[in-house]
Amino acid sequence: MNSNLVWIFISAMLVNNFTLYYFLGLCPFFGVSGRLKTAFRLGLATIFVMVITSLCVSFLNAFILPYAPYLRLISFIVVIASTVQFVEMVIKKLSPALFRALGIFLPLITTNCAILYLAISQTKADYSVIEGLVFAVGAGGGFTLALVLMAGLREEVELSNVPAMVKGTALNMIIAGILSLAFMGFAGLFSGT
Amino acid sequence: MNTPPDPGRLYREFAKGIWKENPVFVQVLGMCPMLAVTNSAINAVAMGAATAFVLIGSSFLVSLLRSFIPKQVRISTYIIIIATFVTVADFTLKAAVPSVHKELGAFIALIVVNCLILGRQEAFASRNSVRLAVADAIGMAAGFAFALLCLGATREILGSGSLFGHLLFGEHFEPWVIMVLPPGGFIMLGVILLFFGFLRERKIRRRTRVSEEAAS
Repeated sequence: MNSNLVWIFISAMLVNNFTLYYFLGLCPFFGVSGRLKTAFRLGLATIFVMVITSLCVSFLNAFILPYAPYLRLISFIVVIASTVQFVEMVIKKLSPALFRALGIFLPLITTNCAILYLAISQTKADYSVIEGLVFAVGAGGGFTLALVLMAGLREEVELSNVPAMVKGTALNMIIAGILSLAFMGFAGLFSGT
Repeated sequence: MNTPPDPGRLYREFAKGIWKENPVFVQVLGMCPMLAVTNSAINAVAMGAATAFVLIGSSFLVSLLRSFIPKQVRISTYIIIIATFVTVADFTLKAAVPSVHKELGAFIALIVVNCLILGRQEAFASRNSVRLAVADAIGMAAGFAFALLCLGATREILGSGSLFGHLLFGEHFEPWVIMVLPPGGFIMLGVILLFFGFLRERKIRRRTRVSEEAAS
């Protein structure tokens, strides 16, 4: 049981990293990774939204969706949107500076595909409440890790001299490709078990 | 509002989505499904078709209802309209072509959170007449499908030496496996964007040269 939880965690965080392996949550990944500090805090907010979503989805799956399977997508998206609204209000109250730094990307957590994918794959894999929580923390941690690594790389790149043609999205894409290449090294991590 | 827009305007709204304001190459929107499903050309086509259906359907409905939707809850309303169309597309694909549905997996459901679709509702469909909104949606969907096909075909040719499942190079071709794996997606899109950056730079340079010649 415990090894199963560890496996879910490591798998979601490193081996099948949501951002670099499944291409989820690319908009904030490229949008907010300009500054290390902001990137880290957005990562934390995303983890929080993921954990709440995972709990709500477990509840929905157990009590409501068996009776109305066609409402699956709509109910998930409503849960995510309300959680994000809640997080937005909390951050605005607790730390107005962070609220301004995150800007448009805070409400955009709603359309972060990583979160909806988390809800769907949790349903598909039929995780229990605890497994779902571990999965959410692992996936959120993986997203944060990718975001922070990317932000660090971009801060370094900013100091170097690159041709104007390459600057911007094209360069970011190629950096992300190399980062993703590095994460593929984790693929053999659990092949023995 | 009751006068129908002239055909020239309709055509312009349609054409801008394909090249000048291409959602992927120029606006860099909707990248998650873009990269995730383009490891073969056939997946790219299926994804393009599903996205087109959702985009056109929701643009139509949003622009039809634009005077009834209260400003404060507009985003949630759009999302729910989009989610409804995605559910329809999901169930249809599951019934019609189960193999493709299995291949695309959760990414059909993830069309809900494709920023391209929500972006078009907010930026265009909610302030224009039904006809213009539909023309714009068809153009954007075509541009998106074009980009998907570009990336999907390139990755399939390089990564497995085939196109739409037909082998191209005979059996001595050594597939460039990394191209069908995730890193290949990032790198290939980077290369394509680089090409577009090159075109833009050249255009700017040429224009300045022309104006300099005109001045001298």
